[in-house]
Amino acid sequence: MYGNAYIDPSLAPNKLTQDEDPIKLAEFEARIAAGDKIEPKDWMPTEYRKQLIRMIEQHAHSEIIGSLPEGTWITRAPGFRRKLALIAKVQDEVGHAQLLYSAAETLGKPREEMINDLISGKSKYSNVFNYPAITWADTAVIAWLIDAGAIVNQLANSKGSYGPYVRALDRICAEESFHLKYGHDNVVYLATGTPKQRQMVQEALTRWWPPIMHFFGPSDKISVHTETLMKWKVKMASNDDMRQTFLNMYVPKIWDLGLVLPDPNLKKNTETGLWEYTEPDWEEFKRVINGDGPCNAERLAVRRQAEEKGRWVRQALLSKDSRYVTPLV
Amino acid sequence: MNISEKGFFAIKEMLYKIADDQLILGHRNSEWTGLGPVLEEDIAFSSMAQDKIGHSLAMYEILSQMGESDPDTIAFMRNDDQFHCCHLVEYPIGEYEFSLMRHFFFDMAEAIRFEMLANSTFEPLAMVARKIKGEIKYHTMHAQIWINQLGAATEESNLRMQKALNETFPLALGIFEPGTHEEILAEEGIFEGEKALQDKWLQLVTPILEKAGLQVPSISSITPSYGGRFGSHTPHLQPMLEEMTEVFRIDPSAEW
Ligand SMILES: [Fe+2]
Ligand SMILES: [Fe+2]
Ligand SMILES: [Fe+2]
Repeated sequence: MYGNAYIDPSLAPNKLTQDEDPIKLAEFEARIAAGDKIEPKDWMPTEYRKQLIRMIEQHAHSEIIGSLPEGTWITRAPGFRRKLALIAKVQDEVGHAQLLYSAAETLGKPREEMINDLISGKSKYSNVFNYPAITWADTAVIAWLIDAGAIVNQLANSKGSYGPYVRALDRICAEESFHLKYGHDNVVYLATGTPKQRQMVQEALTRWWPPIMHFFGPSDKISVHTETLMKWKVKMASNDDMRQTFLNMYVPKIWDLGLVLPDPNLKKNTETGLWEYTEPDWEEFKRVINGDGPCNAERLAVRRQAEEKGRWVRQALLSKDSRYVTPLV
Repeated sequence: MNISEKGFFAIKEMLYKIADDQLILGHRNSEWTGLGPVLEEDIAFSSMAQDKIGHSLAMYEILSQMGESDPDTIAFMRNDDQFHCCHLVEYPIGEYEFSLMRHFFFDMAEAIRFEMLANSTFEPLAMVARKIKGEIKYHTMHAQIWINQLGAATEESNLRMQKALNETFPLALGIFEPGTHEEILAEEGIFEGEKALQDKWLQLVTPILEKAGLQVPSISSITPSYGGRFGSHTPHLQPMLEEMTEVFRIDPSAEW
């Protein structure tokens, strides 16, 4: 799960390439234009490497932090079918983190360092996971709509230029589509269930709509900077384009279930073909991403505690005395 | 061989304890999702949790076919005194070394149990046992690799592992608490018995632990933690069940 890469609009346009060898840069850009994938040992601009590390790392953090709100419901999932499916789903998310950390490591930043930057608050992760999953229905809405948003984003990124990242994304997208099916099935059962179940899912949807609208990030104005990153196939689509794709695919499905979205202005403009909506509260988005959301402290505290509790294990793996032994049976 | 009416009764008792162990330990292991010492261990514990819960479902399904309720009702609608799990599986996940040692002891026993059950005269169980034992092989491999790795890697890891061993050993012996119908099960070729299982288990786990630099207490000096098979549990089980059934009980007639 993930929101789109954030690009600082205040960066000077020529800063991305100013120190690069023009011949190598031209070759590099020609390869990307031709649809080649860039591999770890290939030459690449410093800024390409930097942006990718940041983006893949944030994506990895989002997967691992994203496993927490749903993870707390594993022990409460109602019935065998949901229990097994939810464990498998959350496990997949942790697996995505593992794949993505490995992809980012190919660019030169070790996993341990990335995790340290996560728990120190230095690197970011998707803002949606700073909101609580209050009831079982919240997990259903997350698995359906947040995973749906993640798919829109990840499908776009899977057409990118960096080999290890796009290969990881291909695998991840295949699994995310199962999550989406699981989430949708879950929401359908609630929305067509008892009055209590319908109430639960409506309330969860109302709670999650603002974070969902925040998911793809604020409108990004097209700068020279974003143009370069798009030319390098690091950034694949604008935040607004992805939000439109998402709304177009899922709002009709939500309405079909008889559920209500808490935005009276939400409608598709038949002339432009675009969705219109009340502008999300970007001040809140900024506040939450900078650490002041309902769950930021809790999420990082859980992660920090897991890291601390597991330190002796990781040390034991590094010990010179530790040895690999073939299993006996 | 035909199974007698007494035999069926004994089978039900046995299936309940096997299934309850798997469900409760699977539930506990799933609590590691997102919290493991390395991501790979989160994923491993989560996989094994899915297998365990899946195996318990297979056992409850056999019970359903024998006239008991459907699996969801059996699993989600009983109180602790109606459960037949051993104390070992009931404890919270604790520190990683506790969960690892529990996983090692339990899965080694389970691997042998299903090996024995694969030849049971009760064919529906024998069939499932043959499938399950193939899957548990990976769990015991996983446990042994980690026991080997952590047993003597550092002073701290050795201390932690030895302490976990000492704590879990009496609980692990509780796995083998004899049932009321051991003789019938043995006579009718359904299952050789808990005593035989415990002997095989001890023979298997002792050299592995010793090779990893850990000391195995003499079994005669230990009081096994018994009672679980007859509905007497640690204080950890009931709160766990309340959490597990929290959503299900909002409306047990609803479809989730
Ligand atoms: Fe999985
Ligand atoms: Fe994911
Ligand atoms: Fe997902």
